[in-house]
Amino acid sequence: MDFLQILSNAGASLLAPATLAYALAALGLAVQFGFTGLLNMGVAGFMAIGAYGYAISILQFDFPWWLAALTGLAASAVFALILGIPALRLRGDYLAIVTIAAAEVVRLLFLTSAFDDVTGSADGLSGYHESFRGANPIPPGTYGFGPWTYNQTDWWVRIMGLIVLALGVVAVWRLMSSPWGRVIKGIREDEDAVRSLGKNVFSYKLQALVIGGLLMAAGGIVYAMERNVNSGVYVTSTTFFIYTALLLGGAATVFGPLVGSLIFWVLQTLLSNLLPALSQLLPFMTQIQASTLRFILTGVALMLLVIFRPQGIFGNKKELTFVK
Amino acid sequence: MSSDSAPATGATPVKTTGLHVGEAAPGVAKVDPIIVADHVRRTFGGLTAVDVDHLEIPRGAITALIGPNGAGKTTLFNLLTGFDKPDEGTWTFDGHALSGVPAYRVARMGQVRTFQLTKALGLLTVLDNMKLGATEQRGERFWSSLIAPLWRRQDAEIEERAMELLAKFKLDAKAQDFAASLSGGQRKLLEMARALMSSPQLVMLDEPMAGVNPALTESLLHHILDLKKEGMTVLFVEHDMHMVRHIADWVVVMAEGRVVAEGDPHEVMKNPAVVDAYLGAHQDVDLGVVTGRVSAAEAGVSTSGTVDEATIEAEADAELAAEEKRKGKR
Ligand SMILES: Nc1ncnc2c1ncn2[C@@H]1O[C@H](COP(=O)(O)OP(=O)(O)OP(=O)(O)O)[C@@H](O)[C@H]1O
Ligand SMILES: [Mg+2]
Repeated sequence: MDFLQILSNAGASLLAPATLAYALAALGLAVQFGFTGLLNMGVAGFMAIGAYGYAISILQFDFPWWLAALTGLAASAVFALILGIPALRLRGDYLAIVTIAAAEVVRLLFLTSAFDDVTGSADGLSGYHESFRGANPIPPGTYGFGPWTYNQTDWWVRIMGLIVLALGVVAVWRLMSSPWGRVIKGIREDEDAVRSLGKNVFSYKLQALVIGGLLMAAGGIVYAMERNVNSGVYVTSTTFFIYTALLLGGAATVFGPLVGSLIFWVLQTLLSNLLPALSQLLPFMTQIQASTLRFILTGVALMLLVIFRPQGIFGNKKELTFVK
Repeated sequence: MSSDSAPATGATPVKTTGLHVGEAAPGVAKVDPIIVADHVRRTFGGLTAVDVDHLEIPRGAITALIGPNGAGKTTLFNLLTGFDKPDEGTWTFDGHALSGVPAYRVARMGQVRTFQLTKALGLLTVLDNMKLGATEQRGERFWSSLIAPLWRRQDAEIEERAMELLAKFKLDAKAQDFAASLSGGQRKLLEMARALMSSPQLVMLDEPMAGVNPALTESLLHHILDLKKEGMTVLFVEHDMHMVRHIADWVVVMAEGRVVAEGDPHEVMKNPAVVDAYLGAHQDVDLGVVTGRVSAAEAGVSTSGTVDEATIEAEADAELAAEEKRKGKR
């Protein structure tokens, strides 16, 4: 058992595109769920639309990478509108049902062989990286130290992800500390009260759904920039992992989603390395069982978290006093 | 039951008179109505909750809406403010037709309401609750919210106004606390103060005094009277006849969805239809409250035991049915 290697892997996950993608998606979910109270269970669908929008517009229309990224974002905004206009008029729990169903529909549309030449069906999409990598200003070579040693391409993806994440955090922080954010939080508490004060609640909820959707799609795009696009990534359990990351950090906070995603991925990497190693020592567990155990532990952690610390790491302890 | 029905504390408020045209009867025309409703009907399945042929609310006065539990007062409030849609009917506010206008637009036009079941925004501070009440905030628009210099000055002004109002309602010490930490009565006060942040023309209060202690009720009454002085129109639902008599310029009585009587508070309470439908055999309990010998809580008009209320309602219902029969025969 090589502990140093395990720690190094865990450390590397701090800067992994997957972590940045989760942080972006969790930030979007914070806007929707944490601040506005919209129970969006279709996070993976929004991410998929961002990722596929990016890849397809490069492969099919030869878009430059930035225009492709904008296309992915625009597609997610349209998706949010299509979902939101009928569903946001319904009460909270119905939105959860509609979004989870919509995300599954999206995933199955990308998976079906009917559109194989566009979506690549089960194989997914790859070979669209040229434009993005061509725009890389970093000269070829290997940079960094310790677990954070990458070549120019890997750095380019990570830097781009960090820039997008920073922009997202600043924008959400600005929004939430403005009167706009006050209306949004009011809607979470009681939408009829906010309505009685002359605010167009529906419009605000739609805005929150779109903004959250854009951040999720940005997460999907960052993820797609590193490797390939495959519908197997955008399954419902991804949505639950992002909820775990969000609740870990604190749902109604700006930095919570970020820190939550970091912790989530470091722990995931740690466990996925540690458990198989342990299974060599423990006779009652096979390798395969050990890697399944990781997901069981994640589920248990999510339950414990919601029961014992629903406000998350960054959430205000005082708020919890009033959560019934 | 003459002038001594005014409580010992506080000066007798100046009543606005000469509000109506012709004899006071259900649906009587007003000299200057702010709300005019016609044939407003709302049914829930087989139950007709509201069935108002014609109703005018006088401008610049305090109108009380009274009636037994389940009379349809709250439902009428919901209809008039766009929170519920009627089966049929039209109504205007300040000359503008309001049928089909969504609730938030109604509020923006200057007609705000509070709720019978208080809706304080728990995880917002008391101050934020107040600031949310202000209308036409630049910082509430998406793009300008991102640029703080665009809205900071206006926000500071709003905060100043909010603090003034909070001081008036004796909530200023709580400004930074979560609204969830307020007591039930304090929430009623906060909700009323919040509604006033928009400087409305018409304030509709659904049982503003329920659960508020007598001393605070006194000050609430003063606030409501102040609203009138500032030129606002007030329409409120209240079960406590003491308050109604004390501050209302006009009383509308509902029973089983209909307006059964209208008039100035002293006249209307002598109306046999009102005694039958609402005050009932327990009217003497109310008189105890009126003369101040018994507290409102003991009398149990709006706060106490469900058993008592149920019996009152049952008796009122029976008497009303008898009344209908009598009318039918005639
Ligand atoms: N959403 C609803 N669905 C079905 N019935 C309803 C609904 N809302 C009200 N009702 C019925 O309509 C009638 C009028 O109710 P409403 O709440 O308007 O009474 P109220 O006059 O405000 O009574 P209270 O003095 O007890 O507040 C009642 O019989 C009630 O059961
Ligand atoms: Mg009511």
